[in-house]
Amino acid sequence: MRVTINEESCHGHQMCAIAAPEIFGSDDLGNAVLLIEGDIPTDLQGKARRAEANCPERAILITE
Amino acid sequence: MQRPVEDLLTDYNIMDPDFVKDPFTKFDHIRESQCPIAHTERWGGSWMPTRYEDVVAMAQEFEIFTSRGILVMPPAPGWDEGPYASVAAPPITSDPPEHHWHRRLILPIFSPQSVAKYEQGTKDLCNSLIDEFIDKGVADAAGDYAQHIPVRVIATMLGVPLEMEEEFTSWVRGVLEQGMTDPELRAASSRKIISFFAEQLADRRKNPREGDFISELTQAEVEGQKVPDHYILGVCNLMLVAGVDTTWSAIGSTLWHFAQHPEHRQQLRDNPHLWPTALEELLRVYAPVTMARIVDRDTEFQGCPMKAGDRVLMTFPAANRDPRQFENPDVVKLDREHNRHVAFGSGIHRCAGSNLARLELRVALQTWLERIPEYSLVDPTAVTWAGGQVRGPRRCLVKF
Repeated sequence: MRVTINEESCHGHQMCAIAAPEIFGSDDLGNAVLLIEGDIPTDLQGKARRAEANCPERAILITE
Repeated sequence: MQRPVEDLLTDYNIMDPDFVKDPFTKFDHIRESQCPIAHTERWGGSWMPTRYEDVVAMAQEFEIFTSRGILVMPPAPGWDEGPYASVAAPPITSDPPEHHWHRRLILPIFSPQSVAKYEQGTKDLCNSLIDEFIDKGVADAAGDYAQHIPVRVIATMLGVPLEMEEEFTSWVRGVLEQGMTDPELRAASSRKIISFFAEQLADRRKNPREGDFISELTQAEVEGQKVPDHYILGVCNLMLVAGVDTTWSAIGSTLWHFAQHPEHRQQLRDNPHLWPTALEELLRVYAPVTMARIVDRDTEFQGCPMKAGDRVLMTFPAANRDPRQFENPDVVKLDREHNRHVAFGSGIHRCAGSNLARLELRVALQTWLERIPEYSLVDPTAVTWAGGQVRGPRRCLVKF
């Protein structure tokens, strides 16, 4: 599983970091940044899906 | 006395006492009708979308639904005259391209990393408020507790005297509460806020200091230029007006909820890891803020003929209860997994203070529930609410 953030759409709600703090963090403006490069470990994939399902801007894309 | 509402779809009244007390059944009625975007001629006229999809779509269309006006009531005559006429409330009142730098200047102080430094001070403040009433066995969760928290945190950030808390609160209520139906009071309250910050700004120019946000703005530069005074005054205006009533309302509503739901207090005691998810659910259900937009040019939206200058309510609390988006939307489910709520708005005007608001809400609730784990409403029918564009309890007596 891979995760990408659409930076155009992200407006810094931080709801991904609340759902999956191991995967998402914040830059100095509060916009989302990915903390994991490459494949998301199996034990975090559920959290990645939850982060996607909590983003009000639909700015997170998951590819499997 | 306000004229009774005859048809919600064509005559809603957000200031009607019945609407203030329970807006949700009204939202449901409008949302499930043939006309989910209602219209009223009251208070200068406005449109009210109630479906999640429509509210979000309008929030995204910032060029058509502009933020030049964020309150739905038209301003008092003469509002655009006088020395502070150019002071707005950026970046929430800004449109692109200025919006971009307006927002960049304030976002860094509100990032999750930056607001973390206010956690301990907020916790100490909450504890000192509880110390005042814990031995009495009764307290006003709104007036003795919630009301005092955000205003003091914001005053600390801005570096303005905490002793002026009561004045700050009365000015903000003069804009957002009583001022909603009284444009003269609203204008007078705004003038007091901006005059106060103008004095603060002049003092910092004369006696530079460090460590507060007003001082930082006096030293900040954008593309080699100092930040203009009217922008600094506007940001201070925004931080006070947007940072006080709103978060206080969210804290109050949530304490009101927990007072009636011992099973939810227990669920969080048994599962403290649920706190982050639970807070988002409570924000969804008790979203306090409804912003407004002004239509830039004649446009048709979902069949509604909107004219340039029309006002539109961004009814985020209605969007958050739309069953098309949320399963069983009126049920508080502290472990709700899918929650794209828009309590903080959507698009480029997402609430800049959302991370601070979350911190204040979390600390206020956790501190209360640690010290007062069991409590209930003295009289559910005696709770009073403010409504309009910011909704929350204003008097909420609880016993413990």
